[in-house]
Amino acid sequence: MSEPITEFTTLIPLWKPRVTPVDLDKATEEQLEAMKVTPSDTGVGDYVLVLAHDPKTLKERTPLFNGIMYSHGGLARAETELGAVAASMVNRCIYCAAVHSNRYNQLTKDETVIESIFDSGEDAVLDLRQKAIFNFATKLSECPSEAGSEDMKQLIEAGLGMDEIFDLVLTASLFGWANRLMHVLGDPIPSC
Amino acid sequence: MDDIFKSILAEAAGISVDHPLAAVLSGRSEVMRLTQNSHDAVLKPEPPGGLSHSERATLACRMARLNNEEILARYYDEMIPENGEMRVIADPAFDSPDDGRLKAILRHTDLVTMNPKHATDSDILALKSAGVLEADIVRLSELIAFVSYQVRLVKGLRLMMEAV
Repeated sequence: MSEPITEFTTLIPLWKPRVTPVDLDKATEEQLEAMKVTPSDTGVGDYVLVLAHDPKTLKERTPLFNGIMYSHGGLARAETELGAVAASMVNRCIYCAAVHSNRYNQLTKDETVIESIFDSGEDAVLDLRQKAIFNFATKLSECPSEAGSEDMKQLIEAGLGMDEIFDLVLTASLFGWANRLMHVLGDPIPSC
Repeated sequence: MDDIFKSILAEAAGISVDHPLAAVLSGRSEVMRLTQNSHDAVLKPEPPGGLSHSERATLACRMARLNNEEILARYYDEMIPENGEMRVIADPAFDSPDDGRLKAILRHTDLVTMNPKHATDSDILALKSAGVLEADIVRLSELIAFVSYQVRLVKGLRLMMEAV
């Protein structure tokens, strides 16, 4: 059996649940309805089936996730992904970090930013705006949060508007949620 | 649409409908609405499964305190039933109830709230060994994860308020 992956990677792993997924054939109406709104992603089939144990929350969480990650206006998609990567690194969620660093690279066609972040963390070589975003999302993700007025000032000075900053707050917070499910309820294992 | 300013989130962050940031929040009103729905789903689901409403409110209060988030802690504290024997559990210093199931739940809640990076397979096994059903492990996970989201959202909004 494959050992779980423990280092950050942009190769999207498989996810092996630690809790028995709901048996699709025995799922209740409520569970089926909660799972229906999920975009088809074969890699997270088991993930959604595990979360279907709590269909009431899953039903709200899926549109909430999409509303934060894929809504129009506000923070650019790539910058949203950068916030997701920062939170996932604090929480060491290898799976989420892989998915969102991979999307960041696809969107920007630039692999050097993620490479530098994976190699050097907060000392990564980033431009002013990337640095402000990565720094804020990292600090907000600590427990208790370490984000302060200086970090907020850095975002404003880097040119982010309040609508963009709100999207960053939402994204980093959302991964405080997502990482605590993905990393705690299963293991990332090599996809081949 | 003004309902989002009556949510616990806007209240805890101190943002009212006439605040300069109100338009920013309104621009994400659907996200705000779903956040409130998620709150209801993790705190007051019917039926509650193996985690009572009282246990959920108590654990949420404990987590808010672990995050030094006093306003949310007070909010959850008020949700704990008066006659409940649960209130002691809302104090993060208390970690040794006699009940094995509750002890395992507290240990897991504290770990995942503060140090999710250190959570391993053995932590899920510990819950199972203490008699927590798999569906309740997922319910507990969603509760911990939601409160972790909520406290950060409140802190972030507050920092935005101060900067306006």
